[in-house]
Amino acid sequence: MEIIIVKDLVMRFGSFTANDRLTFSVAKGEIFGFLGANGAGKTTTMKVLCGLLKPTSGSVVVAGYDVALHPEKVKRNIGYMSQKFSLNDDLTVTENILVYGTIYGLGRAEIGKRTDAMLERLELTQVRKRLVKTLSLGWKQKLAFSVATLHRPSIVFLDEPTSGVDPVTRRRFWELIYEAAENDITVFVTTHYMDEAEYCDRVSIMNRGQIIALDTPQRLKQAHGVESINELFVRMVR
Amino acid sequence: MTALKGFIIKESKHILRDWKTLVILFVIPVALVLIIGYVVSIDVKDTVIGVYDKARDSESARLTARIASSGYFKPVKVITHDAEIAPAFRSGSIRMVVVIGERFGSRMLQNEGAVVQIIADASEANTAQLLSIYCEGVIQSFAAGEDVVVKPPVEVEVRMFFNPSLNGVYMSIPGIMALVLIIITAMMTSLSITREKELGSMEILLASPLTPFQIIIGKVTPYLALATINAVTVVLLGYFVFRVPMTGSWELLFLINFVYIFLSLALGILISSLAPTQMVAMFASLFGLLLPTMLLSGFIFPLENMPWWLQALSRILPPRYYVEAVKAVMIQGSTLEVVWQRLIVMVAFGLIYMAAAVKKFKIRLD
Amino acid sequence: MTLVRKEFLQIFRNRIMLPLLFVVPTVMLLILVNAATMEMRDRKVLICDNDLSPTSRRICGAISASTFFDAGRVAFSAHEAIASIEKGESDVALIIHKGLENDLMSQQPAAVQLIVNAVNSQQAQLSYAYMTQLINRAVGDILLENAAPAPQESIRTSVSFWYNPTLNYRFFMLPGILTILITVIGTVLSAMNVVREKETGTIEQINVTPVGKFAFIASKLLPFWLIGLVELALGLALGRLFYNVPMEGSITLIFGMSATYLTGLLGLGLFVSTFAQTMQQATFINFFFLLICILMSGIFTSTDNMPAWGKALNTINPVYYFIDIMRCIMLKGATFVDLTPQFRAICIFAAASVSLSVLNYRKRN
Repeated sequence: MEIIIVKDLVMRFGSFTANDRLTFSVAKGEIFGFLGANGAGKTTTMKVLCGLLKPTSGSVVVAGYDVALHPEKVKRNIGYMSQKFSLNDDLTVTENILVYGTIYGLGRAEIGKRTDAMLERLELTQVRKRLVKTLSLGWKQKLAFSVATLHRPSIVFLDEPTSGVDPVTRRRFWELIYEAAENDITVFVTTHYMDEAEYCDRVSIMNRGQIIALDTPQRLKQAHGVESINELFVRMVR
Repeated sequence: MTALKGFIIKESKHILRDWKTLVILFVIPVALVLIIGYVVSIDVKDTVIGVYDKARDSESARLTARIASSGYFKPVKVITHDAEIAPAFRSGSIRMVVVIGERFGSRMLQNEGAVVQIIADASEANTAQLLSIYCEGVIQSFAAGEDVVVKPPVEVEVRMFFNPSLNGVYMSIPGIMALVLIIITAMMTSLSITREKELGSMEILLASPLTPFQIIIGKVTPYLALATINAVTVVLLGYFVFRVPMTGSWELLFLINFVYIFLSLALGILISSLAPTQMVAMFASLFGLLLPTMLLSGFIFPLENMPWWLQALSRILPPRYYVEAVKAVMIQGSTLEVVWQRLIVMVAFGLIYMAAAVKKFKIRLD
Repeated sequence: MTLVRKEFLQIFRNRIMLPLLFVVPTVMLLILVNAATMEMRDRKVLICDNDLSPTSRRICGAISASTFFDAGRVAFSAHEAIASIEKGESDVALIIHKGLENDLMSQQPAAVQLIVNAVNSQQAQLSYAYMTQLINRAVGDILLENAAPAPQESIRTSVSFWYNPTLNYRFFMLPGILTILITVIGTVLSAMNVVREKETGTIEQINVTPVGKFAFIASKLLPFWLIGLVELALGLALGRLFYNVPMEGSITLIFGMSATYLTGLLGLGLFVSTFAQTMQQATFINFFFLLICILMSGIFTSTDNMPAWGKALNTINPVYYFIDIMRCIMLKGATFVDLTPQFRAICIFAAASVSLSVLNYRKRN
């Protein structure tokens, strides 16, 4: 079943075209890697999919709703973790979770239960009462992820979730992503780490607003006769 | 030095690119000067009043007409009963009531002492006082003027020095200049520096080969340019639109403005080195700069009438010296001999602020 | 509701902002209330007495005795007197010509010369008026003593000042400064708060959630609305305590009016935040806008003498209505009925600004 269907998406800012007739779809439960050089238009696409930007033209259906027409219905079914850490610095870990939990309409008891379970799993229990601004980046990113998936959305969008994070935490973070996918959450992730791209079910590579490759990592490598996605990326985007 | 130049260019581009702020920076000071210059005055003119004519004779009608034609008052409400006065005051529709006593005309003509009572709404105490003084004046001249030919024994020949036409704008233009310049310079610099702090980009600058002093210079130079343009605009508006005379030298006036801008910039930097967030910086500039500048620079309310401790307070705030110096140069044609002390005080303030700010900056580095 | 709680938590956790929010404004309130006096004292007078007669001495005595003038400077020539005015050493110079007494006694027209520094036109006019009065009263007394026919007053005027018989200018200033406080806090804080979330990026996280526009805006408004009302209560209490400022009307009415007004201000702040990208922009727009509104409103200077276009502009100036409301209730005991037009105006303001901000607020760009 297709949970994201993008057809001829065009996104223009004045004379600058950030997305040029994108067409792709993502299946339910899939981990979809969205690769591209800096400035290729990834974040723009992601914002359109989340209903943060209205597309200039084309049709985008996410979780069964057209984002141009029903952005609010889309939002009910997604989680989003932005490139820039965007939780409230001056609230504690649990306070942040509570705020977003209630926004998604979860009851207090339910939030408490999920929070406990989640903090346990993310090894965040000991910092639950700390102000977010005092946490290290690794912890902040894990927290942001947990907030984005707290309401068990059908899709979670992760915009460079592991940038600037140490290799051990990155590994741990990807375990979380797999866990989410097993729970039937579709994961739409952008990254600059090509080793991470290898973990995805399918990847797309974007260049200058267009998708220039889209398949499973295995098949892409075979088709282009390269050893790794890294090599492929360097070759295609250059 | 090239690094500094590059940095200044970067900062200027930041400002130039933000066209919304730029428009505000140039358009609004002009609007402000125009509106306030025309509107803020303490002259008495066309004040709406009520007349309660108990006499209803020809003399009382003439007095009413005289009051109406004085230019100070506009009788808009005819009152016929004592009980009407309070509600009229309470709804704010009139400021004063002139009650003309019974048998006004006959008492006046027979020299029995006609009675006029002035009731002023003193919730605006200053206005009430002025209104009553003016109204008494009109009534006395009515009494003296036509019927009883009595001249005061001594004629006072008056000469209004510096401002023969008694133009109220002479007071407010220098005050507005002080206000506009301090907002633009002090507030804008303090916000732009705290912003970098808040967003974390300050660390990058501090890690660069630029010294803290150079960083400050880089941040401040573009605003210095903007403020200079603004100062020129405001002065020209005052000169051409409001006809504030320019009896002193232009060079001196610009020197004063330059010193004041330097001072405001130093103040802005000091605020930003103390304030951790933009919110705090803004609040500090608002209550620390804007309100005192408005009230303690002698722009709306004359300083010499204030309690001694407020006067003392105004002496440690820079705008006062600026307003005094500008007035002295523009209106009284003073030369450097007269204003040098004020200039020195302003420079001293500027240096103190600057030194404190740079010190604070260095501490953060170590 | 959690959103509201979140805002409160953030405000109260801010160790610098909260004291700043309450302490600084109240200190300013207490200090600046004293700044508004127009009551004139101690105008520096220089006397150049060339007559040196009993009459001229009588005049000098009358001037020294008045609290309005501060005599004591003397000069011996008109030239010296003008120089003193030019240097700013004196505000008024009175030049009494030789032969004043003779002229008076021989019933010839008598005159003195007055030179006034008129940079401040108001003070100049009043100085002139007072001086004329003083001199003629002194001379009148002399003439009376010498049994010359003195002019009789044909009209007796009496003045009574209602609502503030002692002409205490603090009663006039306190509602004014309080109005400024509420206005600035209401508009600036709400605008800054939203723009700050824009700058730090946290607003994006809220925008991808299904939270309603209205809930979000309400959560931004409510805390500052309450802070504004607390600030008002504090200001009223301090005014009462320190300056004995009266409260003739009903407190409930003041708070009702203020609550409406604050809603409008907060809406205005949010409206500004919808198109400002940085806090610098927001601050600037706010400040110039507020500055114009405040200076035009009649808080410091009367609005009666404004040109017609100024009055026309004031009909859309919310501060103009609110300061009127405050003074009318506090000092004159106005009731709701008295203030219906003003109340209608601030209701329109509140409705307009809130709906504008709701309309203009977009969860996506």
